[in-house]
Amino acid sequence: MSKIIKNLKQFSTSNDRFEGAHLLCPGCAHSIIVRELLNCTDDNLVIANATGCLEVCTAVYPHTSWDASWIHIGFENAATAASGAEAMYKTLKRKGRLKDPDKPVKFVAFGGDGATYDIGFQFLSGAVERGHDFTYICLDNEVYANTGGQRSSSTPRGSSTTTTPAGRVSYGNKKFKKDMVAIMAAHGAPYVAQVAPNKWKDMVKKYQKALATEGPVYINAMSACTTEWKFPSQDTIDVSDLGTDSLVFPLYEIENGHKLTITYRPRNIVPVRDYLGVQGRFKHLFKKENQHIIDEMQKAVDLKWELLQRREEAGI
Amino acid sequence: MEYKGWDQVEVGAVVPSFADTSCDIVDLKQEDRNYAQTNSYTASVADWRVFKPVFSKDSCIDCQNCWVFCPDTAIVARDKNMLGIDYDHCKGCGICAEVCPTNPKSLIMFSENVDNDTVLSQWPEKKKKEK
Repeated sequence: MSKIIKNLKQFSTSNDRFEGAHLLCPGCAHSIIVRELLNCTDDNLVIANATGCLEVCTAVYPHTSWDASWIHIGFENAATAASGAEAMYKTLKRKGRLKDPDKPVKFVAFGGDGATYDIGFQFLSGAVERGHDFTYICLDNEVYANTGGQRSSSTPRGSSTTTTPAGRVSYGNKKFKKDMVAIMAAHGAPYVAQVAPNKWKDMVKKYQKALATEGPVYINAMSACTTEWKFPSQDTIDVSDLGTDSLVFPLYEIENGHKLTITYRPRNIVPVRDYLGVQGRFKHLFKKENQHIIDEMQKAVDLKWELLQRREEAGI
Repeated sequence: MEYKGWDQVEVGAVVPSFADTSCDIVDLKQEDRNYAQTNSYTASVADWRVFKPVFSKDSCIDCQNCWVFCPDTAIVARDKNMLGIDYDHCKGCGICAEVCPTNPKSLIMFSENVDNDTVLSQWPEKKKKEK
């Protein structure tokens, strides 16, 4: 049974199951995303966590910030641990060995973009292919933030990271961002979506839909990183706003691998330049010799938006 | 609480969140829960703060924007009302002051060493919209 959330006032009566005094940076979007998942449901949760900022900072021995069952195994094993737990739960239920078999339990896996796009990719792909009933949430901050900001395959073109530093010769990362949402949709997952923390209602709706869906669900959550994206900690929501309004992070969902719905259309689409301008990792792009990267990015974003709109229209 | 040495920690540690075998945590408010010493709720990150948010009840409209966007679960909201800030868990990121929609703001960031009562007595007046 899903919880009904009408407005923010009513949502605020939820009892938090993600405790404070974890060690994530001040202004980190990870915990906003995680808190909303734990608050949007009353069901019991079994959470598997890949190595990354979230795991390292919420389970610092001897403390834990989770008021739900939580497990961490290895960097790549979030999807595997969740699918294993889910398989065992099903078996125990079938054999009638559960204490409270009617109580709904949901299986959730969290991973950063490094654990999802690179290291845990094969394992996630396998878990989705096997069709386990779980929700995978990727906290996409476009960089290996926990280990000091190395590039991942989610890092966008032109971003300066510690392994692709911008300078006299280079304009930063030369590779394009991998389109993980499309890849997961191509697996035929029943529900795939992209969310951003600033649109909380959209996020809660998608979370609830994801938890109610039977089968593997993939959610890509944009997570603004104050340390590696290099902006002041109070601007997390503003930067996320610019990300969704400039359509760098369009909010949409794909059902059964083909039915695409755009869930948020910005009233005023802001240029990608505005989104890049507030972040220190892109500041070298505003030099004269690097301006063509910004134009390229704008073109790519426009093209992607056009594609999404056409796919929505066609309904395929 | 007694800490274990590096050579006493077992592989695959289990850290309990609650002191009893609690079920249905979701129905309990934070103050009613029986937290274990190992729950981070019992810890504090107050010494991280350089700037602190100060809350003024007068202009607050209980919109709960601060509650939903707080990364540290440090906004105390009960029964649809905004009650204040949990200074044990607040890291002073300033998101709450940024997303506060009222005029004047109900949450403003101040330096950690100023007194809350002094600040509240000098709270800014409502600003007229500039045209």
